[in-house]
Amino acid sequence: MNTATLQAPIVSPGHAAVVLVRRELRLAWRRWGQSLHPVIFFLMVTTLFPLALSPESARLRLIAGGVVWVGALLSSLLALETLFRADLDDGTLEQLVLSGQPLAALMLAKTLAHWLLSGVPLVLATPVALGALAVPASAFGPVMLGILLGTGVLSFVGGIGAALTLGTRRGSVLLSLLVLPLVMPVLIFGARAADLAIRGEPFSGGLLLLTAMLVLTVTLAPLATAAAIRICLE
Amino acid sequence: MNWTWFHRLASPPHFYRIAGQLLPWLAIPAALLLAGGIFGGLVLAPPDYQQSDAFRIIYIHAPSAWLSLMCYTVMATAAAVGLIWRIKLAHAVAAATAPIGASFTALALATGSLWGRPMWGTWWEWDARLTSELILLFLYLGYMALRSSFDDLTRADRASALLAVVGVVNVPIIHFSVYWWNSLHQGATVMKLGRSEMPASMLVPLLMCLLGSTLLYGALLCARVRAEVLERERQASWLSGLVK
Repeated sequence: MNTATLQAPIVSPGHAAVVLVRRELRLAWRRWGQSLHPVIFFLMVTTLFPLALSPESARLRLIAGGVVWVGALLSSLLALETLFRADLDDGTLEQLVLSGQPLAALMLAKTLAHWLLSGVPLVLATPVALGALAVPASAFGPVMLGILLGTGVLSFVGGIGAALTLGTRRGSVLLSLLVLPLVMPVLIFGARAADLAIRGEPFSGGLLLLTAMLVLTVTLAPLATAAAIRICLE
Repeated sequence: MNWTWFHRLASPPHFYRIAGQLLPWLAIPAALLLAGGIFGGLVLAPPDYQQSDAFRIIYIHAPSAWLSLMCYTVMATAAAVGLIWRIKLAHAVAAATAPIGASFTALALATGSLWGRPMWGTWWEWDARLTSELILLFLYLGYMALRSSFDDLTRADRASALLAVVGVVNVPIIHFSVYWWNSLHQGATVMKLGRSEMPASMLVPLLMCLLGSTLLYGALLCARVRAEVLERERQASWLSGLVK
């Protein structure tokens, strides 16, 4: 009886993934201040550009799409560092590997939770940043949608980087070195779509490509992340 | 099919010996071809009617650009082989290729920039080809940075191999996206060198340089993998028999 329960996990992979997402959200809720740090960073980066370039709204509007995207990219890189670190330190990660559940499904859940926790606050902060950069309100929706899709790709691709750098001594700079070249297409399409939306031109092409990339990364990245976690723990 | 040759090749002592024997057969033709190609390109070939002598940088630039891509493919393939079949020698090949590939990428960027100065009037243009080559250099540097930050060799091998495989999935996306990005900004500024329109006096040296530098890569790879094997197998008994 006991051996039977040991061999076959009672919980289905889907259920385990849901439980993991809920655990992540609950942990984040108990330390909600921490999930706000990347958002504050994002708003600060946005503030730097008017200070460095000029407060003139016509000029700010021209660069707003790029500024918001670079800010979102950097702040979601910042949030990536903490993705697996705490779980590695307290042994949760080993338990996940040993749980008998498909590790890729668990990593999908983990990255999904990270997207909800790092991407969604950024999306909510985007209108503030855009408004401060003199962007008309009509462009808020498309830019927010782009940031939502883009932060998804960043979370999933970044998850691979975060898992790969777990075993290293100086993780943070290395993480940026690994992840930034891989996510440059996201920046290209996202910033382009944002720019077009701000100018009032058709922008759907970039968003569709971002969606395609999100589908690709959601499908493949958890497998690579799971492999990276195994390498780190073996 | 008989796979024993493959397994034999994967054994470090055997590969060490084979690579040592192969080295002169690659290095000498490489030196001859490169010397002939560069002499033919710099001295014998006529100056271009439009670019005059500036076009001659192609004899270094084109082989470097070709090898920058080939090295990444070799590196990712070797990394995947190492990851899937757990062949340590494949990891050694991937590790040995990365710095060579990064050097060729840097050389392609530097020669492109030198050529761009008289031709485009600027050292750097945000052209699609230049930009994707630059991102390729970043990918190489990331790979090498990840390798060097592990203390444990097996982990370094496997982690960097995974990165190389992820990178090679991404390379077409990056390439395509950069072209898309650029075509929206401005028209193509790259002067297309019609391969077929090139006279033989220009083309033959170029082909010699391409083949020569590919052989040079083979020779460098043999030498580097030998060094890599020596370092990895420093505890092995077959080495103490070799070094008396």
